[in-house]
Amino acid sequence: MISINVNGKDYSVDVPKDTPLLWVIRDALKLTGTKYGCGIGECGSCTVHIDGKAQRSCTIPVGDVNGAKITTIEGLSEDHPVKKAWIQEQVVQCGYCQPGIIMEVASLMAEGPKPDADKIIGTLDDVICRCGTHHRIKKGVKKAVEIMGKEGR
Amino acid sequence: MTTSFSRREFLKGSLAAGGLTIVAMLTPAGVKLANASGTKGEVAGLQPFAYYVVTPENVVKVMVPSSEMGQGVRTTLPMIVADELEADWDKVQVLQAPAADAFKSPILHMQMTVASASTRGWYMPLRKAGAAGRAMLTEAAAKKWNVPVSECKAEKGAVRHAKSKKSMSYGELANDAAKLPVPKDAPLKKETEFRYMGKYMPRVDIPEKVSGKAVFGYDVNLPDLHYAVLARPPAYGAKPESFDEKAAMAIDGVAKVVPTPFGVAVCAKSLYAAQKGRDALNVKWGPGSNPDLDTASLEKNLRDLLGKPGVNAFTRGDPKKALGEAKKVFEAEYYIPCIAHATMEPMDFTAHVQKDRCDLWGPTQAQTITQGVAAKVSGLPPDKIFINTTLLGCGLGRRARPEFAIEAIIASKALGKPVKVLYSREEDIKHDFFRAPMTHRIKAGLDDKGNLTAWDHKTASISISKGMGMPLKNGVDGYLLWGLVDSDKSPYRCPMAYTIPNYSVDLVLSDLPVPVQPWRSVQNAPNAFATESFMDELAHLAGKDPLEFRLQVLKDNERASRVLKTLAQKSNWGKPLPKGRGRGVAQHYCFGTSIAEVVELSVEKDGTIKVHRVDAAVDCGPVVNPDALIAQIEGAVTMALSTALFEEVQFAKGGVASDNFGDYRIIRMSEVPEINVYMIENNDPAIIGGIGEPGVTPLAPAVANAVFNATGKRVRRMPVKL
Repeated sequence: MISINVNGKDYSVDVPKDTPLLWVIRDALKLTGTKYGCGIGECGSCTVHIDGKAQRSCTIPVGDVNGAKITTIEGLSEDHPVKKAWIQEQVVQCGYCQPGIIMEVASLMAEGPKPDADKIIGTLDDVICRCGTHHRIKKGVKKAVEIMGKEGR
Repeated sequence: MTTSFSRREFLKGSLAAGGLTIVAMLTPAGVKLANASGTKGEVAGLQPFAYYVVTPENVVKVMVPSSEMGQGVRTTLPMIVADELEADWDKVQVLQAPAADAFKSPILHMQMTVASASTRGWYMPLRKAGAAGRAMLTEAAAKKWNVPVSECKAEKGAVRHAKSKKSMSYGELANDAAKLPVPKDAPLKKETEFRYMGKYMPRVDIPEKVSGKAVFGYDVNLPDLHYAVLARPPAYGAKPESFDEKAAMAIDGVAKVVPTPFGVAVCAKSLYAAQKGRDALNVKWGPGSNPDLDTASLEKNLRDLLGKPGVNAFTRGDPKKALGEAKKVFEAEYYIPCIAHATMEPMDFTAHVQKDRCDLWGPTQAQTITQGVAAKVSGLPPDKIFINTTLLGCGLGRRARPEFAIEAIIASKALGKPVKVLYSREEDIKHDFFRAPMTHRIKAGLDDKGNLTAWDHKTASISISKGMGMPLKNGVDGYLLWGLVDSDKSPYRCPMAYTIPNYSVDLVLSDLPVPVQPWRSVQNAPNAFATESFMDELAHLAGKDPLEFRLQVLKDNERASRVLKTLAQKSNWGKPLPKGRGRGVAQHYCFGTSIAEVVELSVEKDGTIKVHRVDAAVDCGPVVNPDALIAQIEGAVTMALSTALFEEVQFAKGGVASDNFGDYRIIRMSEVPEINVYMIENNDPAIIGGIGEPGVTPLAPAVANAVFNATGKRVRRMPVKL
């Protein structure tokens, strides 16, 4: 049995220790907002927060996160500036990669005292979107930073 | 879970609750509307299905026949109904339609989301359906108040009578309206009366996608669901010679090993167990059919075929004679390699086959095909096949194939439980049905004034029709020639934009076993790479500006000319650029839409191409949801830029060598330029065109032309590299 805390809830899961965290989240806990895209950490669709930091859940064995606090897209509050910005700027097309990208941007925004939109955009070369929403992701990041500033978060 | 119903369930549910149900059936004479309220769904022997229902609870439920893959169709089509119905958008509920005859595309005659056909196909039928309901609700109110219909006005989900200041909601009127006949030719709104169409409308699918609650095929969950993965052949034509079923069954959680025509499936209680079971199978594969096939031999095969006689697909005038009389003659050859669909959600499907029914869940672009194939594989009649279309993590044409559904059906039938088949990224790339690779050789002639008088075109590729089990017409595969040979009267509307007086196209087909399938725009994009690169070469030969030269050849094509002229102005065409920068233009017509793009780029010392800006102008006729249209063009430009600069599937030892995003390179954030989209106003509903695909077509040739403008070097092979 492995103990993990996901979105503030404690779970005990009976899976092999080498099972990638992604499959535990998706198939054992039925939290399917976190997506499989490549399985090798290239695309970022599976990004979750582990103890607050964005990580690729497809390449992390669940045994390595015993006791860690994990947040998935479902655990990121609905009024989070990134989620709001993504709707306001109509960033999404097919939407499959977006939960991972949202989680990565949310984590980058929490780094340092004040988020810098250009700096965040500059680090997003490590995610893949096939629909080509990049143009709007850039707008979304800028809008999220603006919302965060206004709300004084 | 996506809400979807079988026909009976939907009608039963809506009829039990009362309300106005407008149904329709696709007939040879077009879409026929009928009032199915209180009829238990049987109208004059037709098999109707509700387009929408106005419930007594004042909800307007609208069915969407098309698959949502990011193009925003779950918003666009309901906008059309809601506008003509004069419904209150806040009261509209969008439902995904099941597979049924009434939902077959009015222009494709199949329920399929392909060929940019959703809006252009459903625009008028849905407007008429909405207008009919508006007329019936208005009449019901007039009768109730005993006033002339002409004094009543439908307004945002209610009918009002100004004189008496009476007002009733659609919900209150629905049961009375349901007793009225469907009027013939209820008057449509004037453009100035549109409440939703042509205006900003946020997409209905975005909030659930942002929250993480959206259900894609990969996310389908059912009681006692089992997972299946397949060990698939490493080379085309390879068959399994042996596998260790015992070792696979020994893995904890593995439930069954099922051989299929596509590979050996392992079914298990968890995906991880299924994957481990597959590893344990240790399949020994026999030899493939073409062990020498690799990236270079594929290209050589298609280049060599240009020297072989082909089949003539089209001839106008006498190109050979005209070439003999031309003042200047020019010839060039182009190569466009295989590219992968690489949808972010890999292939998957879920099936539950029972004695008397087969339920399917998954991301499909092809409900009619899937239903037919599922009937054959499951042994059940088509009306016992129930398809629940989930959201699609991108489609691009890949999900118009039925194989992944067949795999799930075979596995579920063998196991007797619901089974979800999942592809890994590696399987998704290695077992893709790629965009067909092509070679083109074009020979053209200019007269003494620099007019284009002759165009002799030969292309070689792999048949798309054969792969779909469709017969060739006189040896010609029409899918390969969209943008070169087609008519504006065909369902696809992909004729060449230029009318060249002496013009011929010959096609040679390769027999290589590489599976191919439509890829966003089908071959419009590869064909445009050849024709629009070549037009640039001809402009250079004629000593003319590339955009001016195109306008000269397009003098009888008003729509394309207007698009190019708008683009010239908006993109600063002709204005000087700093040294090392170049601009390139290209235009294309497909799916009834005229589009042109200008690319501005620079080439760095090491040959790296950096695109700074793309301007796109588009005329698709009436626009329903402008922001979704702009998003489609932005996305198409970005995706096409990825293919223009990076993408080529690698082959080795008779199979696919590329295997994941590590070696199949997709465009990244810092490589995406500024993108500006300009919509040309054109409100003629008769010419309404599609918008999902055209945006990809002019981009790659515009890149190659801009590289020429910046460096003087002509690149005739994709991806464009120096």
